[in-house]
Amino acid sequence: MIIGAGHAGLAMSRCLTERSIDHVVLERGEVAHSWRTERWDSLHLLTPNWQSRLPGFSYQGNDPDGYRALPQVIEFIASYAKTIAAPVRTHTRVTSVRATEAGYLVRTDQGDWRCRTLVLASGACNIATRPAFADGVPRAVAQLTGQQYRNPGQLADGGVMVVGASSSGTQIAHEIHRSGRPVVLSVGEHIRAPRLYRGKDLEWWMDAAGVLDERYDQVDDVNRARRVPSLQLAGTPDRSTLDLNALTAIGVKLVGRLAGITENGKAQFAGSLRNMCALSDLKMGRLLDLIDEWARANGLDEQTEPPQRLPPTRVEETPPLGMDLASGEIKTIIWATGYRPDYSWLEVPVLDRKGLLRHDGGVVAAPGLYLMGGVFLRRRKSTLIDGAGDDARDLSAHLASYLDGHLARLTA
Amino acid sequence: MAEADSTSTVSNGVNVAALLAAREALTSAPQAAQFKWRAACQWKDGTHSHSTVESFYGLGQEQHHKRTFAFDADHPEIFASEDHGATPVEYVLVGLASCLTAGIAAVAQHRNIQLRSVKATIEGDMDIQGILGIDSDVRNGFGGIKVTYDIDADAKREDIEALVAQSQKRSAVYDIVTNPTNVTVVVS
Repeated sequence: MIIGAGHAGLAMSRCLTERSIDHVVLERGEVAHSWRTERWDSLHLLTPNWQSRLPGFSYQGNDPDGYRALPQVIEFIASYAKTIAAPVRTHTRVTSVRATEAGYLVRTDQGDWRCRTLVLASGACNIATRPAFADGVPRAVAQLTGQQYRNPGQLADGGVMVVGASSSGTQIAHEIHRSGRPVVLSVGEHIRAPRLYRGKDLEWWMDAAGVLDERYDQVDDVNRARRVPSLQLAGTPDRSTLDLNALTAIGVKLVGRLAGITENGKAQFAGSLRNMCALSDLKMGRLLDLIDEWARANGLDEQTEPPQRLPPTRVEETPPLGMDLASGEIKTIIWATGYRPDYSWLEVPVLDRKGLLRHDGGVVAAPGLYLMGGVFLRRRKSTLIDGAGDDARDLSAHLASYLDGHLARLTA
Repeated sequence: MAEADSTSTVSNGVNVAALLAAREALTSAPQAAQFKWRAACQWKDGTHSHSTVESFYGLGQEQHHKRTFAFDADHPEIFASEDHGATPVEYVLVGLASCLTAGIAAVAQHRNIQLRSVKATIEGDMDIQGILGIDSDVRNGFGGIKVTYDIDADAKREDIEALVAQSQKRSAVYDIVTNPTNVTVVVS
């Protein structure tokens, strides 16, 4: 049994089919439901077309270096489901999962299922998170999460504060500012990244140099690696870099991390903006150093453009530390402050005190239970569509040997 | 870390292994990570006060420094005071610089970087029209703080800059001065 018919659940379905393991995929809506219902209109995938390689499926079009728009992402995943003939039950919402002696009882709004093994592929971004102090925002200011935001036309005219400067926040800030609504962008930890480096997509370099294949059991601290924010990338036709300097250049105002809101509706920004930008510039420098080293070692220096470095992130001399949200200058706040998975229906005691699933590279701390599609689940690329294949191959092998052992015990 | 420990003789006097072990232990026992830091302050005369630091709470029980540390605070003579000690705002600067510097040593040890010398100068700008109540648009506290590090170490400039940046990211006092904190003052 697989819960969730997105790219991760489907990749697992394909691997189980290859192993002749009988299964079904339960889907609360249509295939690629989150992409259909929880993304903004202009979204493009952050990875180039060629990079979405799934078991038994890959890009066949004539624009391998382009970035899929939202309708194409949906179409891509839907046609994968069709191609692999995945046994998907659409419009079947799981209401609870509990452990039984023989495996799991999965209750849905379309009846109950029993299974020996269960793969959770219900997504890493089900719930947009907001800081608790968001409740202190004056009522005259509209609030949306990155999940609720669709396009600038949804917003009142006037100023917008976008909170969070990872890939969602920077893309949304860019689009809204260009719609004529002045944007203030609150910047905490973020990872700056050039879209193109030495003439090639950054994702190409990270893929080729093995950065994306780095395993969860090889990194220094996997919990920290799983908390690292998404690269500040955007998938635009001109393949331009959307970093904070690009946003400053069009007039977006950078402020520090939103640290609190006072009783009289004043937003307080941390005085750490300069260091947030310095950390990000240094981190980007280390990634590019690693790429340059790999290029040299692999004889690519002749075939590619010479190494280059972006100028440091510009931060004004004294960034503002506060802003009156009751003054009417800001009409809307958009929270691009991250996402978390929803396990409210999971009645198996496998969550830690922070509500995260306890697992070892997708092997959950309960027999026969697996996770797919988590951030840095088994590899750095696990977060990407392109990472689902290797993870599904590994975890389907584990699942198959678990079933073999299970059967052996039953027949013994 | 295993690699760093076995192949190098870097020593900045920081027991990183103990810190990492503590981090590991406290991850599974978050209650023990709850600390309380304290100071006691006694008014002497005028703007002069005498503060002491001796006990704190942590790892589930009362803890004590090896001895009582004492701090006199006052204001300089140009404020018509007697200058028995540093001003309170200078203690804040001392706190920030010493916190960042301790962090640099710890991060350097963890990253296998030998430090030879670390010097910081720190300066806080203040418009005292705020504290004197002359101009209500001027805040009481610092308008800005600038810390300048002069570091001699076996590392490239980017690596030294990364030490300084990471130290800010992990510093308690940096967090205290860059973010708001709820403060409750009561009369017993």
